[in-house]
Amino acid sequence: MPYPSTMGVWPQFRSALPWDAAAITTYLSVSIVFWYMGLIPDLAAMRDRAPGLWRRRVYGAFALGWRGGARQWSRYRVVYGLLAGLATPLVVSVHSIVSTDFAESLLPGWHSTIFPVYFVVGAVFSGFAMVLVLLIPARRVYRLHDVITARHLDALAKLLLAGSLFMSYSYVVEAFTAWYGGDPYERYTLLASRPGGSYAWLYWTMIACNCVAPLALWSRRLRGSPAALMAVSLLVVVGMWVERFVLIVTSQWRDFLPSSWALYTPTWVDGAMLAGTVSCFAFLFLLFLRWVPIVPLSELKTLRRELSRDREEAGDAPRDAR
Amino acid sequence: MRRGMLAEFTSPEALTDAVERLHALGYRAMETYTPYPLPELEPMLGVPRSRASAVVLLAALAGGAGAYLLQWWINVCDYPLDVGRRPLHSAPAFALVTFEMAVLAGAVAGFVAFVLRSGMPLLWHPLFEVEGFGRASDDRFFLHVALDDPRFSASTLTAALDGLGAERVVRLGVSP
Repeated sequence: MPYPSTMGVWPQFRSALPWDAAAITTYLSVSIVFWYMGLIPDLAAMRDRAPGLWRRRVYGAFALGWRGGARQWSRYRVVYGLLAGLATPLVVSVHSIVSTDFAESLLPGWHSTIFPVYFVVGAVFSGFAMVLVLLIPARRVYRLHDVITARHLDALAKLLLAGSLFMSYSYVVEAFTAWYGGDPYERYTLLASRPGGSYAWLYWTMIACNCVAPLALWSRRLRGSPAALMAVSLLVVVGMWVERFVLIVTSQWRDFLPSSWALYTPTWVDGAMLAGTVSCFAFLFLLFLRWVPIVPLSELKTLRRELSRDREEAGDAPRDAR
Repeated sequence: MRRGMLAEFTSPEALTDAVERLHALGYRAMETYTPYPLPELEPMLGVPRSRASAVVLLAALAGGAGAYLLQWWINVCDYPLDVGRRPLHSAPAFALVTFEMAVLAGAVAGFVAFVLRSGMPLLWHPLFEVEGFGRASDDRFFLHVALDDPRFSASTLTAALDGLGAERVVRLGVSP
């Protein structure tokens, strides 16, 4: 059981840490199952077109013997839809639970009821930015302009903008509740330490990247430019990382006990771990691009058929609907 | 289900026509193999409504109940821990892990049910031996009529399928 029970006793379920263990385990497992299930018909297509025996065997093993039978498709659609329906409340619950790791404590800047909402929206926001950072180069390199259209990018940009507006709201609410509540420790952390203390430069970087930069996406011209969208998304990814840093460090470098006050500076170990995780992710993503169909083949074929049927019904000349 | 006739079509419309015609003629033991789902054909092919929803629900309820019981037993019976006189049986706190475990159990059970009920996992299926069947996941639409269909007749079927525009018709274990 991947739970850090260093003293060998049962966990205490009133604490957010066991909740977190359950939530992260579930999130990882359900995401993998959902992703893999979506891949099965495409892996079968790879198996059937594999040029060599070993590639056919490997893809065949992962395709689990998918044949595209009507009964298989029927069950597939039901279960895939159920997984999608399960995964959506899961996202909300997991990020809320992760936020309670912070919110359940008493530290000023952490002990706030907006945290579950703040973290869920932050996750969606940084997730969309990450998707755009990966999507825009992949679209360019693989020439997927007809599959991932300008409309898709426009919609993603609008979602990014909405996320940014909500994050701005969260930052304002945090500061407002600190001021309105009158707690001197919270007021210090939110209104003095973060904007003006030793980490102020990071705080204002976060504001610039998360709140100001995405405002450019109000402009339709900039939403339609993949380069501008890429730049804004990169800034958001950086800004969200800085936000995590600000969140964790500014509440801890000056907490209730002055004797434990200290200025935290990251060492080469921290930098190496960050670089390592980014590289690991990039490596796995490149493997994914190399080995597996990056667009869902069967869904695209269904879409193409639906679109051509709509065109036929609208009275245009019938086209080849294969 | 393997022995019978396999017809290859180049478009979903041709396949749909063929299924409708054969269904009208009284054939019931049919199966299609397509690169993407054609749900409009399911009633004619006799595809039953999937019971996966029930499996997922039952598994989710069982997972949630199990998780709740585990937490109750751990925190109330086996190792009670008095943390600031809070009630040992903290139902609101237990609810979070219960929800997560319910979702996990439901998702995994749904996936396993899908794999097992769909005749998977398999590395190889006899249909893969048919020349060109690989295109069933690409751009061809196959129709299989089983030998044990009461109306099965090799000659009538061959003629009918050719007439419906089949690219080719393959006999599987059926003597001409």
